[in-house]
Amino acid sequence: MPIKLKHLLSAVAISALSIGAALAQETPKMGGQLVVAMTGTPRVLNPAVQSGIVTGLVGAQLFAAPLRYDEDWTPQPYLAKSWEVSDDGLKVTLYLQENATFHDGTPITSEDVAFSVDVIKEFHPFKSMFAPVTSVDTPDEHTAVLNLSKPHPALMLAMSGQLMSIIPKHIYGDGQDPKNHPRNNEDVVGSGPFKLVEFKPGEHVIMERYDGYWEEGLPYVDRLIARIIPDSSARAIALENGELHMSTFEAEPTLINRLSAVDGLSVTQQGYGGIGPIDWLAMNTTAGPLKDVKVRQAIAYAIDKNFILKAIMRGTAAEAKTGIHPDSPLYYPDVPAYEFDLDKANALLDEAGFPMADGKRFDISMELVPFPGYKAQAEYIKQALSKVGIMVDLQAHPDFPSWAKVMGTMDFDMSLDSVYNWGDPVIGVNRTYMSDNIAKGVWSNTQGYSNAKVDEILGMAATENDPEKRKALYKEFQEIVANEVPIYFLNAVPMHTVYSDRVGNAPMGIWASSSPMDKVWLKD
Amino acid sequence: MDIMRVTATRLFYAVVLLLAVLVLNFTMMHLAPGDVADTIAQSMGGADEEILARIRRDYGLDDPFLVQLATYMGKVLRLDLGYSFYYNQPVTQLILQRLPATLLLVFTAQLLALLIGVVLGVISARRPNGLLSHFVTFLALFGYAAPVFWTGILLLIAFSLKIQWFPVAGMRDVTLQGGFFEQALDIGRHLVLPMLTLCSIFLALYSRLCRATMMETLGSDYVRTAKAKGLTTREVVYKHALKNALSPVITLAGLQFSAVISGAVLVETVFSWPGLGTLAFQSIIARDTPTILGILFFSAVMVIAGNLLTDFFLRLVDPRTRART
Repeated sequence: MPIKLKHLLSAVAISALSIGAALAQETPKMGGQLVVAMTGTPRVLNPAVQSGIVTGLVGAQLFAAPLRYDEDWTPQPYLAKSWEVSDDGLKVTLYLQENATFHDGTPITSEDVAFSVDVIKEFHPFKSMFAPVTSVDTPDEHTAVLNLSKPHPALMLAMSGQLMSIIPKHIYGDGQDPKNHPRNNEDVVGSGPFKLVEFKPGEHVIMERYDGYWEEGLPYVDRLIARIIPDSSARAIALENGELHMSTFEAEPTLINRLSAVDGLSVTQQGYGGIGPIDWLAMNTTAGPLKDVKVRQAIAYAIDKNFILKAIMRGTAAEAKTGIHPDSPLYYPDVPAYEFDLDKANALLDEAGFPMADGKRFDISMELVPFPGYKAQAEYIKQALSKVGIMVDLQAHPDFPSWAKVMGTMDFDMSLDSVYNWGDPVIGVNRTYMSDNIAKGVWSNTQGYSNAKVDEILGMAATENDPEKRKALYKEFQEIVANEVPIYFLNAVPMHTVYSDRVGNAPMGIWASSSPMDKVWLKD
Repeated sequence: MDIMRVTATRLFYAVVLLLAVLVLNFTMMHLAPGDVADTIAQSMGGADEEILARIRRDYGLDDPFLVQLATYMGKVLRLDLGYSFYYNQPVTQLILQRLPATLLLVFTAQLLALLIGVVLGVISARRPNGLLSHFVTFLALFGYAAPVFWTGILLLIAFSLKIQWFPVAGMRDVTLQGGFFEQALDIGRHLVLPMLTLCSIFLALYSRLCRATMMETLGSDYVRTAKAKGLTTREVVYKHALKNALSPVITLAGLQFSAVISGAVLVETVFSWPGLGTLAFQSIIARDTPTILGILFFSAVMVIAGNLLTDFFLRLVDPRTRART
């Protein structure tokens, strides 16, 4: 009970604060059509069976999660007006909003929560989110109790953003496969602030205010239109001439710098800590010269990260030093930094038994993930490593599956890539380092990294409910990984939100546009 | 009877060719490393091994190659193009959603290029060394040589950003709620820039070809005869010479139909035009075999239709082709 009270109090305090702040600024206005950009067509609009940032943008509007997060990583009540964690950490009780309804008017009940957990457990790509949930009890209509096999602190983040969408049992529980359910893209009955009007693949998703939304007076805008504009130059021009009010996940340095100079547009890096994207150089620790930790450290010393940050990222990206995103409260920055030092790199390579002969030590391959904007980093790294006698054979893959194939079979030496944290380390970080996840599909531990201590620490941290103890465990984990360099971290992907000055309350919480936009409003 | 037999034979060959194209492409797609399960995992930000295995099992991706091929071809023979793994929709539905946008873009761009190209070609053929002729040649080659996306973005900066005449992206203004007429006007406004961009590639081909054939025709005996019998230059050029000079241009226009999808990809991408070109490109990247093959099927049908149309128009302008069949 004490935990519940604390949450309630902090929630009250924070909402009082935010009301005060809002009064001090401007009073939000009702109405208007908010037009935001999306880079591609979502496969599915139902986030219970599909993850990713385009599904997230629409999914988080159509469907509500139990919790939402502000910019300080503090959970806030959403579909759950309060919650409590039992002292042994094995029971998490959610108290639902009593007047919440789905878009067809049916009340949202604890049955729907239990059903949603079942579907997500079975079909969502991130198994670790709800793996410890053994069952969900529904003592009454508005109370759901998640029973856990072990304490599971990651559950808090897993119950927010697009990760735990409450879907209607009376629609998706009809026996059809939820993954390919016809109502995933058409006639969607959601639980969020906006309801679906029209989904035209390749063109747009039109949503409008759900009048029966449980929070009186929200959402502010009448219609929310997500336009699919894959080309970044076209998005930029549309932002400049006012056709678009907002675009999220913009990660092109030149474009960001250009748009930040435009009058009437604001550009911010805030809001991407939850998604937590990191650019990194992954190394195959099981074969070839990179098996030797000294070689991996030498590579780290030979790369001038400042050059990447200044010349390639043009000051738009934050440095990444560990596998946890710099915005996360669990990030520990004081790990070995590998300041650019060619002498140290050469010395380490000599020690490892790869002497320089005719300016050359050995050849290795570097796989390049086919995402836009990675070529410049790859070319630089190739250049930089040649100075210490490491000859890099750059493999630019034409598409994702051919890159994934090489990674999945561990038929590579190095790979330049970006991987996302997805909130809690248990969801998006562990998969890269746990030895029981070696080469099991896309973005698993394809480095073949295996360290019993790391396995133990990550295992303990996954069940440690005390925030300080948990932080200490992740600190130790980040230090070990920094010392052993299965991955050399380069920078946080410079994702930015670009929005017009007409937009009030642009989404700044840790999930960027994968969070409800019920409080976003349009100025005249 | 003869025409019937010719047409029937042609159709038979077309169907055989179509099936061969499908089998060949299915095989090629299969030979490429990785599969659509990887792309689906990518779209989800990674996926657990168990989920990947399930996707592969559900879509039959772990069946032996010949079983997969037989299943697919069996469906095609029953006129079922299958189900898109990536887009979670029947392929036919997916293509029909995108086809009108592409047809609108490509038809209007082709038509415009053909009209302007012929006019420019004729003008420059009459004074092959004049200043105007050189200017036309320069303009045409410039349009042909400039990368499409560059032309497109330049037009966007000029006419959407600096002078805000036309919208930046998409095919319609979703905030607009008007009647049929307003909607049509809106689509027209969105169409202008992509159409001009696509037109700029075709323009060079038509104007250059028209210029060459026109120059050749203007030097032929019957033109000299026409001039000798006292016809005005205008009559000679437009009534006698142009008709004959047009045949190769029309043949070329027919051939260009096969380039409908490849040519439109870049334009569609720059202008977020919701057409088949971008769908084709994304499906290839995503290894979505049923969608790619479905699009190939449709484009093959379009090429066949394009050829028939070319024949028809050739008969109109050139009586010799009428005599032969």
